[in-house]
Amino acid sequence: MLYREAGDFKTGYRKDGQTFPIKLDRWGYYLLLAIAFLVVPFLINDYWANAVFVPFLIYAIAALGLNILTGYAGQVSLGTGGFMAVGAYAVYKLMTAFPEISIVIHILLAGGITALVGMLFGLPSLRIKGFYLAVATLAAQFFLVWLFNKVPWFYNYSASGQITAPERTVLDIAVTGPATSAPAKYLICLCFAVLLAWVARNLTRGTAGRKWMAIRDMDIAAEIIGVNPLTAKLSAFAVSSFFVGIAGALLFAVYLGAAEVGEAFGINKSFLVLFMIIIGGLGSIFGSFAGAAFLVLLPVMLKNVLVGTLGWPTDLAAHIELMIVGGLIILFLIVEPHGLARLWSLAKEKLRLWPFPH
Amino acid sequence: MKKLTFPAIVAAGLMAAAPAMADLVVPNLSYRTGPYAANGIPYADGFNDYFTLLNERDGGIGGEIIQVPECETAYNTEKGVECYEALKGDNPLVMNPLSTGITYQLIPKASVDNMPLYTPGYGRTSAKNGKVFEWVFNAPANYWDGASVAVKHILEQEGGDLNGKKIALVYHNSAYGKEPIRTLQELSKKHGFELSELPVDAPGQEQKSQWLQIRRDKPDYVIMYGWGVQNQVGIQEAVNIRYPMDHMIGIWWSGSENDVISAGEGANGYKALTFHGVGQEYPLYDDLKTHVYDAGKASGAGDQIGTVLYSRGAYAALVIAEAIKKAQDLAGTSAITPAQLRDGFEALEISAERMEELGLPDFGQPISLSCDNHGGAGLGRIQQWDAAAGQWNLITDFIEPDEEVLQPLIEEDSAAYAAEAGVTERCN
Repeated sequence: MLYREAGDFKTGYRKDGQTFPIKLDRWGYYLLLAIAFLVVPFLINDYWANAVFVPFLIYAIAALGLNILTGYAGQVSLGTGGFMAVGAYAVYKLMTAFPEISIVIHILLAGGITALVGMLFGLPSLRIKGFYLAVATLAAQFFLVWLFNKVPWFYNYSASGQITAPERTVLDIAVTGPATSAPAKYLICLCFAVLLAWVARNLTRGTAGRKWMAIRDMDIAAEIIGVNPLTAKLSAFAVSSFFVGIAGALLFAVYLGAAEVGEAFGINKSFLVLFMIIIGGLGSIFGSFAGAAFLVLLPVMLKNVLVGTLGWPTDLAAHIELMIVGGLIILFLIVEPHGLARLWSLAKEKLRLWPFPH
Repeated sequence: MKKLTFPAIVAAGLMAAAPAMADLVVPNLSYRTGPYAANGIPYADGFNDYFTLLNERDGGIGGEIIQVPECETAYNTEKGVECYEALKGDNPLVMNPLSTGITYQLIPKASVDNMPLYTPGYGRTSAKNGKVFEWVFNAPANYWDGASVAVKHILEQEGGDLNGKKIALVYHNSAYGKEPIRTLQELSKKHGFELSELPVDAPGQEQKSQWLQIRRDKPDYVIMYGWGVQNQVGIQEAVNIRYPMDHMIGIWWSGSENDVISAGEGANGYKALTFHGVGQEYPLYDDLKTHVYDAGKASGAGDQIGTVLYSRGAYAALVIAEAIKKAQDLAGTSAITPAQLRDGFEALEISAERMEELGLPDFGQPISLSCDNHGGAGLGRIQQWDAAAGQWNLITDFIEPDEEVLQPLIEEDSAAYAAEAGVTERCN
């Protein structure tokens, strides 16, 4: 009875269709937002920002993007790292070419550019699906990384091939560059994450989302009932790449400050984000956040416990950490193939009946 | 209850465990895992063991015990940044990240945090210009010095004339490997040799096509800028195409035992640069044996002692220790701050006599730094692998790099950085 719906009545369709129909959920969500915006920025320091919150928020955006494509529209993609690189290099070129324009606009534009590139690489999805599409997007991953390493124009002909984010401000507060304070870094990522999660939620429960899900569940049937596969698939690629591009732009400009394409946006990134949505739950907004939290926070936590608290040698801890994270991923998929989001909704179901289960 | 305690456990786990340390803290950003581990382990062990020796034998530096907390970066930039932020809580004096990628990332952060970075033989070459890079030190040598010394050695082999010769550069396709390209291009203009650039993608197991190209083009010399597994594969591939080993010269990061042993007899005669001596024939090793190894205080498994990279780790620790000593003298206190350590680095003088005193005669070149020179003289030596004896031999004396070519490049690159980052020159 901790988690109750009794007495929580709906008198109209709008009320019934809201994102958080249960009062307790709704208040919890508002409380979480209030803490995230009003409490955390005053407590955060460099360590918490750089090791925990900023990567979590950025990967959550990337996971949201991939979840739209893979979870909602059913198009498997292994090109996330490459599309993040597009976002990063787009924002870098824009930042250095138009220094007087706000970084927020540049980040959104970088998302737009990534959306175009994503649509281009999404074209094969009209003919192929499943593993075959995964391989086509894998080609995108390798091609994009190769391109950004090969063509010096993308990194402004710097001798080392690295891109470095110059200082840019929002309301006169630095959000990129080395002088950025921890709260500024955190807040800009939080704003993008909340805004994009809201967009994703509303897209996926509207017409667009229904079309994507129809394509995912059975494309022939969807076509018969009037869903145009061309627009549905390409729009899924565009929206997904937009999100992933913004995540890449934030990862480079706000979080890392400098990046080398092969290392920062290699195939490992694609796998990491894919694991996030598989563990978090395919086709779930909450799952994207939960998966990102799981894979960003768990390694840091294990490291701190094993090395900091237990005093183990760093190499032993690093190996054990890989084994634990890998083991947990397998365990999770066996115990709950629908991910953390499903686990969370099961917990809610149980709590509704607690302490008197049938 | 369960719901309440779980977040508490998570929060406790995420908290950087920062033991209160009153001593001087010199962190070791090491990598003992990943594709570069074979080369990361000996360096980390040497670095730890030298400070252990100082603590055990001398009671630290100036009466202050040196703490060396380790953090695993796996040669990964994101993990390196996380280590940097986590270690910052321990009030460290200096960071030695042992990765060019991580160094590039940390240079802007370090100048904001006022944290000295010591990057011997790696990192950003133009950081040698102390007028722009106030907090970065890359003595005794840098990548461009290395490229120049290699070309000088080739010049000597060829009787001073490289016109019409071909040199191939096999490099790690990252900031590290791309560093020498600019210099080699300038040198090729100056000496008239033809340069071909062959990138190898990280981590470096895949380089068959590059070596097929070398077999086809038959360059007179191959210069290799590799690290970790790339070196072993590169040397094995060179052996496979029967490339003459004594015409192949690796940078100092491509010249450890790990890199050549796997190629067996075939690697005999392979050359590599170095900026310090080789082997264990130095009095310092006797002290290390007495106070560290025999006391069971050796870092890691203790199986890396005396290897090239172990010596390099110890050498890096030695330079940091000398800078701390200098800083303590200048500041008049033993509990120095990072800013005072920077002053110590800028006033650093390690003469040949001092090296002998420290138990390493003729091991490293004399180092003398100043406000505008953070990189030292940049001399390098050539070492050659003797496969039968299983050891490296020094075959030249210290060779001076071609400052005439390097200095303008350093000025140019650091000026570009200063303009980009809005740095005003100091030391004027």
